[in-house]
Amino acid sequence: MTSALRARGLGKKYGRRWALTECTLDVPAGRVVGLVGPNGAGKSTLLNLAVGMLTPTTGSIEVLDAPTGGPQLAKIGFVAQDTPTYGRLSVAEHLKLGAHLNPGWDDSLAQARIQQLGLDPKQRAGKLSGGQRAQLALTLGIAKRPELLILDEPVAALDPLARREFLQDLMEAVTEQELSVVLSSHLVSDVERSCDYLVVLVDSRVQISGDIETLLATHYRLAGPRRDEKSMPQNHYVISASHTDRQSTFLVRTDEPILDPAWSISQLTLEDIVLAYMGRSASMQRNDRPVLEVHR
Amino acid sequence: MIWLTWRQFRLQALVVVGAVAALAVVLVVTGPGLADDYQRYAGDFLNQIQFDRINQYLYIAGQSLVYAAPPVIGAFWGAPLIARELEAGTHRLVWNQSITRTRWLVTKLAFTGIGAMVVTGALSLAVTWWADPIDDAIDAGQTAGFFEIPRLLPPVFGARGVVPIGYAAFAFALGVAVGLLVRRSVVAIAITLAGVIAIQILSPILIRPYLMTPVETTVIVTVENMRGLQLSGPGQNPVVMRVEAKADGEGNWKLSEQTVNSAGEAQKTLPSYLAECGPPPPNATAEEARSRQPLSVCFQRLADDGYRQQITYHPASHFWGLQWREAGLFLLLAFGLTGFCFWRIRRDLT
Repeated sequence: MTSALRARGLGKKYGRRWALTECTLDVPAGRVVGLVGPNGAGKSTLLNLAVGMLTPTTGSIEVLDAPTGGPQLAKIGFVAQDTPTYGRLSVAEHLKLGAHLNPGWDDSLAQARIQQLGLDPKQRAGKLSGGQRAQLALTLGIAKRPELLILDEPVAALDPLARREFLQDLMEAVTEQELSVVLSSHLVSDVERSCDYLVVLVDSRVQISGDIETLLATHYRLAGPRRDEKSMPQNHYVISASHTDRQSTFLVRTDEPILDPAWSISQLTLEDIVLAYMGRSASMQRNDRPVLEVHR
Repeated sequence: MIWLTWRQFRLQALVVVGAVAALAVVLVVTGPGLADDYQRYAGDFLNQIQFDRINQYLYIAGQSLVYAAPPVIGAFWGAPLIARELEAGTHRLVWNQSITRTRWLVTKLAFTGIGAMVVTGALSLAVTWWADPIDDAIDAGQTAGFFEIPRLLPPVFGARGVVPIGYAAFAFALGVAVGLLVRRSVVAIAITLAGVIAIQILSPILIRPYLMTPVETTVIVTVENMRGLQLSGPGQNPVVMRVEAKADGEGNWKLSEQTVNSAGEAQKTLPSYLAECGPPPPNATAEEARSRQPLSVCFQRLADDGYRQQITYHPASHFWGLQWREAGLFLLLAFGLTGFCFWRIRRDLT
C-alpha cells in the first residue's frame, strides 16, 4: 500500500459549475495529511469523491489503491462536515448503530473512548455540545477500525478549546492504531498542530504537497538590495516577490544552502508558506494575461 | 440495519399501529354479534340494526380509517424515510458505515414497506369482515337509512378487500420517492398527502371503470325501475332532458346511461309527454294532480315509441376482479417508484 488518495484529472461539476477541475494528486498512506485551502477550493468535493458520496464527472480517484465503492466502505472511516449524528439517538445507541453496521467494529475501543470523554451513554446526541458531537462522530469513525480516516473540516464549528481537544484526541487515536488520516481545514494552525504532511489545494489545483518538516526546512524569506526575480539562481524557486525602491523580498524554495551574503535569511512558519502559495495562485490568475503579453 | 430501521421508525409505527389495533379490537368484539343478527333477521337485517348507533359509528369509523391509512402512511412513514436523513445530513454518517446505501435502502424499504402493507391489510381485513353482513344485505337489495351503498360503488370499494394494500404500498413508495427528490420532510409530507388523496379521488373516475370490460345492457323504463327524471325550463312546459333507469340486479355500479330511440340514436331531449311520468309540479292544484294519468300509461307510451335505456355498468360480480386488478396496478406503480428510488440513491447526494 503506497497511497491513501490518488486522483488523476479528477473533476466534478454541479449543474454548470465546476467544483473541482483537473485535480491530480497523490497522498501517501501512513501519514497524517492536512488538506488546506481557502473556502471553495474543492476540499470537501475532493473528500466526498474519495469516500464515494459523489461520483467524478471526469478523471478518476483511488483510495487505498482501489476504486471507491462497496468493499472499500469498511476500510475508510469518514467524519463528514459538521459531524452529523442522529439527534434523537443516544450516545449508546450510536455505538449500537456502529456495531450493527460495521463487521470490524471494536466495541471495547468505542466504550473506552466514550468513558474517557466523559460522555453519558444515555444522553441524546441532540443534547451534546458541538465538541462532544464531533467526538462522538470521531468515535464512530475510529471504532470502525478503518485503514484510512477521512475528516472533512471536523473542527470548523468548534471553539478553540474544543478544537484543540479534538485534534489532540485524534492524534492519540492515530498513534495507537497506525491509521492513515486525511484531514481538511481552512486553518493552517489546525494542520500544524496535528499533521505531518501538507497538501495545499487552491482552485482545484495542488499548489504544493509534502512533508511538513521538509517544507519548513526548504523555504526561506530572503531580503536584500533590490534585484530582479530573473536574476535569482536556478535552484531558487521563487514563490513570491515584493519590491520597494531599494529592497527586494523573496519567498523561495530551495534544496541547496543559500550562500549569497547579500541576503538576510529568515525561516518561515507553515502559515507563511501556505499563504504564499495561496497568494501566488490568486495573483497568477489575476495577472495571467498581461504577464503573458509582456513575455511575448 | 433492521435494528436501526426500527429505532428510527418506532414512534410513527406505534401511532399508526395503535390506532389500527384499537379499531380492530372493537370490530373483532362486535363483529360476531352483527353476523348473528344477520342470521336472525335475514331480510329485515338492515332495518333492525340501523338504529343501533354503534353500528353506524363503526361502519363510518372503519371506512374512514381504511381510506386514511394510505395517505397517512405515505406522508409519515414514506416521506421522511430519506428526506429526514438528507435534511439532517445524517445520510453522510450512515452511508459511510460498512454497508452500501443500496443495502441500507433495501432494508429500510422492505421493513417499512411490508409493515405498511401488513398494517393496512389487517385493517382492511377487519373492516371487510365486520361489514360483510351489511354489504351482503345491501347487495341482496336491502337498504335502510344510512346503509344503502353497495360495496362496488366508489365510496365503499376503496375501503374493502385488497385495494387498500395496493394503495398503501403505492403511497409509501410515493412518499419515499418524493422525499428523495425534494429532500425536505415537511414539503415531502405535504406533497405526498395531497398526491395520495388526489389519486384516491381520481382513481374511481379515471382508472377503475376501465380495469374490466363493463356489461352493456338495454332496458325499457318502467314504473319500477325508473330512478330519475330531469326536467328543464318553465313549470308548465318543461323540456325533458333525461330519464334514468336501474339495470337488472342489485349492487351494480352504473358507469353511463343514455336513452336511444327506435333507430338506436342517442337522444339529447326526450318527448315532452314524459314530464307526466314524474311527480306533479309542486305548484299544481289538487285537481290537476288528480287528472294525471297513471304513470304506467306514460311509460308504456315511451316503450311503444321505441325508446330504450342503454346502460353500461359493472355488476356486483365484478367486485373481486376489480379489487385484484386495482391492487395489482398500484403495487406495480409502487415497484416502479421503488426502482426510481434505487436508481436515484446511487447517484450523488451530498
